[in-house]
Amino acid sequence: MALLRVRHTEETIAARYCAQEMRTPTHLGTGQEAVAVGVATALRKDDAVYSHHRCHNHYLACGGSVYRLAAELYGRVDGCSRGRGGSVHLTDRDNGFIASSAILGETVAVATGSALAFKMDGQDRVAVSFFGEAACEEGIFYESLNYAAINALPIIYICENNLYSTESPLAVRQPAGTELCARAQSFMVAAEKVDGNDVAAVYLAARRAVARARAGQGPSFVECFTYRWREHVGPQFDHEVGRSYRGKAEFDAWMERCPVKRSAARLAEMGLAGADELATRSGEVEREIAEIFDRARKAPWPEPESLFDHA
Amino acid sequence: MRRLKYHQAISEGTVQAMERDDNVFCAGIAVDYPSGIFGTTAEALERFGKARVFDTPAMENAFTGICIGAAAMGKRPIMVHPRNDFMFLAFDQLINLAAKWRYMYGGNAGSVPVVVRAVIGRGWGQGATHSQSLQAPLAHFPGMTVLMPATPRDAKGLLLSACRHDGPVVILEHRALYGVEGEVPEEPAETPIGSAAVPREGRDVTIVATSVMTQEALSAAEELDRHGVAAEVVDLRTIRPLDEETILASARKTGRVIVADTSWELCGVASEVAALCVEKAFHHLKAPVRRLAPADCPAPVSLSLERVFYPRASTIARLALHVVGANPELVGEIDKEDTFKGPY
Repeated sequence: MALLRVRHTEETIAARYCAQEMRTPTHLGTGQEAVAVGVATALRKDDAVYSHHRCHNHYLACGGSVYRLAAELYGRVDGCSRGRGGSVHLTDRDNGFIASSAILGETVAVATGSALAFKMDGQDRVAVSFFGEAACEEGIFYESLNYAAINALPIIYICENNLYSTESPLAVRQPAGTELCARAQSFMVAAEKVDGNDVAAVYLAARRAVARARAGQGPSFVECFTYRWREHVGPQFDHEVGRSYRGKAEFDAWMERCPVKRSAARLAEMGLAGADELATRSGEVEREIAEIFDRARKAPWPEPESLFDHA
Repeated sequence: MRRLKYHQAISEGTVQAMERDDNVFCAGIAVDYPSGIFGTTAEALERFGKARVFDTPAMENAFTGICIGAAAMGKRPIMVHPRNDFMFLAFDQLINLAAKWRYMYGGNAGSVPVVVRAVIGRGWGQGATHSQSLQAPLAHFPGMTVLMPATPRDAKGLLLSACRHDGPVVILEHRALYGVEGEVPEEPAETPIGSAAVPREGRDVTIVATSVMTQEALSAAEELDRHGVAAEVVDLRTIRPLDEETILASARKTGRVIVADTSWELCGVASEVAALCVEKAFHHLKAPVRRLAPADCPAPVSLSLERVFYPRASTIARLALHVVGANPELVGEIDKEDTFKGPY
């Protein structure tokens, strides 16, 4: 259900984005839902989650309100950041989603700091940092891993490797044969690779990392292979707008590995839910979300005199 | 009242801040060395141990982020840069995140009360990258609080205020001030953020100064007094938020303003204060507002060049005499000898 909620929210945004009512650069996470949902399922509400520019999935998987996300995108006062943050600056502290930020690698360090606070206070809470593989090209990533390893901090670094940074492929960003897990291991950080489109596999890997962190055994790095369906920022498909940095055949192959469909097939196999039942439920979620967006669109604007609030 | 040196006052302020709040910790390169950042962290280390006073790798940007993340969970970190030039490496975290945290999340993500102490060097060949003074670029950004204590009392008082402030605070300490002695209350007396001080009153000319330039301005004022000129000294103490009222009251009173800052003129604090006076006290001004700042080049190393690079008390006094229409050549040898002997 969490997967459906994330998928339909992102797809609803994509469908409405061109109406020019959501005036905020939006990086949709369609296709990458299993990473967020798998990890969030392994967490407690008092853990601390941080994310990056493509953050809706993580916010929603932690339990974030669809209404408050939609209102934020519409620039309304009911938004999770009261219309001050936009798509890339979300927060929902009640559900453990502390903050997302648009600068690559920035929150990797911040999450590490929350883990330091937990360790200093002797708490068994863990911090989680979501980032894309391009953050592994930023120096701050290595500074953070190094520090977490020295101090055995309770943090889980979740790398969403979707192969592209904006439109730049791995080939121009990392030497051929690069293994990000090996880089993490060279900092004495436990690392494993996982199929990021398999929600159960992600959950199990996250659960191992969480257990390690809670037991005081230090940081973990989990590299989740996945694929972003839509363009870097905005609602369109690259092949539909003539971009050539990745081909339609590659896109189609990843569509075959759709995390939502795979999850549905798994549920059917296990006899937990039939195709009809899932289709019905999916339709319900879709309608529910459409209604929420309609409501958010009508929410009040922030008052102009509130410009300096929280400044 | 009891007298302390500037570095002792910082040390006492740190200990008292840590005593009254278990969430305060102090971290950064060299904070747990026996030298303890000019003696400012040694007593805290002795009292609270390495759990709360600890060394870090050279990782200025990530460690600032780590302090932000710890602060978001309720900690109150004091991060120390032994050289404030290294803080440039931390500008992403400070400016893009800490300064914006409360606003950008609509107040819903709480606050990140991080205190950053950073030391400015001057003289003894510090050179281009060990001598800069970063108040202007930092104070440019809404959400940032920038403090520059010039006396032992304020070094302690502003640190104590910073440790209770609801957002990021950068405190720029000047190395030439560590040995300055002055009255310091024994109790944890806070100096309010956003309030300038007037350590000397006068009717003829106002010298608005930051950090060590306040001490230079006070020396200049004594010399000016010998020539019948009563200078008023305004010690800014806080760069952001700027205490406009105190500056303007003095500008309106004397009608002549000199602004002496530790960093360059262009887009600097001296320019900001000058603009303020011109915008809001124009009709009270009897002379053009003058800025006094280091020469417009990177800091040189050679002694002969350092001497002409930095403005000192005598530079201020000469300019003040010029501004009031007296003879600048009357200024005697008033510059205090720089007693710093290295090795760094």
